Amino acid sequence: MTERFDAIVVGAGPAGSAAAYVMAKAGLSVLMLERGEYPGAKNVQGAILYSDALERIIPEFRDEAPLERHIVEQRVWMLTDKSHIGFDYRSDEFNDAKPDRYSIIRAQFDRWFCTKVKQAGALVICDTVVRTLLKDEKGQVIGVKTDREGGDIFANVVILADGVNSTLARDAGFRKELDGDNTALVAKEMHFLRPEVIQNRFNIGEKEGVAFELVGTLTRGKIGMGFIYTNLESVSIGIGCMVGDFEKGGLTPYGLLDELKAHPSVKPLLAGSEMKEYSAHLIPEGGYKAIPKVYGNGWMVVGDSAGLVNSIHREGSNMAMTSGQLAAETVIALKKEGKSFTEQNLARYRSALDDSYIIKDLKKYQGMPGFLHGNRHVFTVYPELMSQAASTMLRVDGIDKKSKEKQVTKSFRQKRGLFGLVGDAIKFARAFR
Amino acid sequence: MHVVVCIKQVPDSAQIRVHPVTNTIMRQGVPTIINPYDLFALEEALRLKDQFGAKVTVLTMGPKMADQALRKALTFGADEAILLTDRAFAGSDTLATSYALSSAVAKIGQTDPIDIVFCGKQTIDGDTAQVGPGIATRLNLQQLTYVSKIVSIDKDARQIVVHRRAEGGVQVLKTAMPCLITMLEDTNHIRFGTMADAFRAARYTLTEWSATEAGVPDVTHCGLRGSPTVVKKVFAPTAKTVKATPIAGDTPESLSQTLIDTLFSAHPGLQEDLESRVASNSQGA
Repeated sequence: MTERFDAIVVGAGPAGSAAAYVMAKAGLSVLMLERGEYPGAKNVQGAILYSDALERIIPEFRDEAPLERHIVEQRVWMLTDKSHIGFDYRSDEFNDAKPDRYSIIRAQFDRWFCTKVKQAGALVICDTVVRTLLKDEKGQVIGVKTDREGGDIFANVVILADGVNSTLARDAGFRKELDGDNTALVAKEMHFLRPEVIQNRFNIGEKEGVAFELVGTLTRGKIGMGFIYTNLESVSIGIGCMVGDFEKGGLTPYGLLDELKAHPSVKPLLAGSEMKEYSAHLIPEGGYKAIPKVYGNGWMVVGDSAGLVNSIHREGSNMAMTSGQLAAETVIALKKEGKSFTEQNLARYRSALDDSYIIKDLKKYQGMPGFLHGNRHVFTVYPELMSQAASTMLRVDGIDKKSKEKQVTKSFRQKRGLFGLVGDAIKFARAFR
Repeated sequence: MHVVVCIKQVPDSAQIRVHPVTNTIMRQGVPTIINPYDLFALEEALRLKDQFGAKVTVLTMGPKMADQALRKALTFGADEAILLTDRAFAGSDTLATSYALSSAVAKIGQTDPIDIVFCGKQTIDGDTAQVGPGIATRLNLQQLTYVSKIVSIDKDARQIVVHRRAEGGVQVLKTAMPCLITMLEDTNHIRFGTMADAFRAARYTLTEWSATEAGVPDVTHCGLRGSPTVVKKVFAPTAKTVKATPIAGDTPESLSQTLIDTLFSAHPGLQEDLESRVASNSQGA
């Protein structure tokens, strides 16, 4: 028997589930295929969930979804080998009835999202790998071929949500092989701690959480960033660098993570914990310039597969959900208008992306990956200088403050030179524009 | 031919953690799987479907979430699935479980007579290997435990020949059907279901039976009330530490020799025993 659907979604992550949910809710016949044993079995993220994107799809998600802690405080730390200098922002406004971000555990969250997809009327089949896309003689995608016997399934449109390493999109020629300079590799561990210990240690209430972003000398001048997120009964900690930098040797993902855990500012946060889980994941960090073609005859690409990640603001899963929603809405509209799923008609999805915060934000930071690649000293020199400056100014040692200020200025100029400092500032500002 | 496979949903023991503070098993968030031993029973049943066109019904008792295990069984190719679920079953030991399951099996047999009931050898969370034999005894079925192979089935004579693992060898048993088989591990390998099976499983509406619907004659024999087993104490054994003895040597040969010498001196008689075995083996060859 030939199976035929309005749409097939490949991959049950946030992008795929969002797309499948929105289409099923509108009454379309939808099949979502997932290679893992269950949705979330293979998915890795820090993980912070930004409420807005999900709220636009499932307004009542707070009552049902497995959420860990809502984030009331964000800390940004610049690490040198022995110190950190940081910036914290905490506000009671984050305790609002509708908090804007939560720590989550993806294995549980994705499973929940998928039950919503099923309830909306979509069919979900796990443990099934999509091998190739089926095309007709004109090159229109007409379905997928899975690894199961009799695995050809047909659909009017296929949405690829198969993640950062989308082999489907690559094999179909929709995009190039992953570029090591545009892709980060992050290693992550979950450390078990009693809730009271987490609350005391991080100075938070019962359901409150803290999110840390960490940069510094740890990555030895390579582009990289670490994070610490508090869950209900565990702390997630991770760090990553660009794959291209790992390839050059000298750094390993687990080595970086070990160093981070041993850092004098970080170690006490994890003291007495038991490691529960470890994982690693690729993140597409090429930004605007690395976005591949996201639609064609009978297909669209959403989420990580389309490289929709804002690495500066650590946003990804929200963009995944929004892009899934926009792709779904494109399908719904075209079906309603009785139009076919040609490249020309699916171009609407790209316009919708362009009009959304996704492309606007990625465009804003389009210079950032290039800036960082060309200016790796920002990961080493500035944390060192800032730390030295703080140390100099805070130490009470009989030297007058004016001399100290001179000393700090001198150290900055020595390290980077006046032109270097001004140049960094201009380039940085340009990258942000 | 109609075969019923009894399966159990168990926590994936590979992913179970012991709570570092309370020392109890943390079941929350631990993924569940079909008891691995049951997969050998299911595959054997599916082979009878291939060979004789047998209808395969899977049966499980458990909470509502056990439907995942049944759906998975359907994905492998089972035809029907029944979930026995009722608050009255909560807390069942093996005696109460076999009571409830045998009632359900009998009920299934009323509409479609059963030739073989399959069970796994045992479960990985209880490890008792009592439920299969319990069902066989209650339903007066021929009992074939630790079966490693189904040699032949004569449908007309309603006879079956199997290999059964026994101490020191393999028994070849011939018996009448209906019978109950508990399948030994590593006797086959569960198949990867077809796309059609996956679709059928995803769309399948499970049959759920309460104690009454399953035709359980006396609910007081079910659940905690019907379970004479008493758990007196649960504890994690304390780890014994034995000091390791380093073995010195420069070459692999000298290291092995020192190791062998150390073992032989620590276990008198080991050397002669091994040598006599080698001698008798070479004679046999």
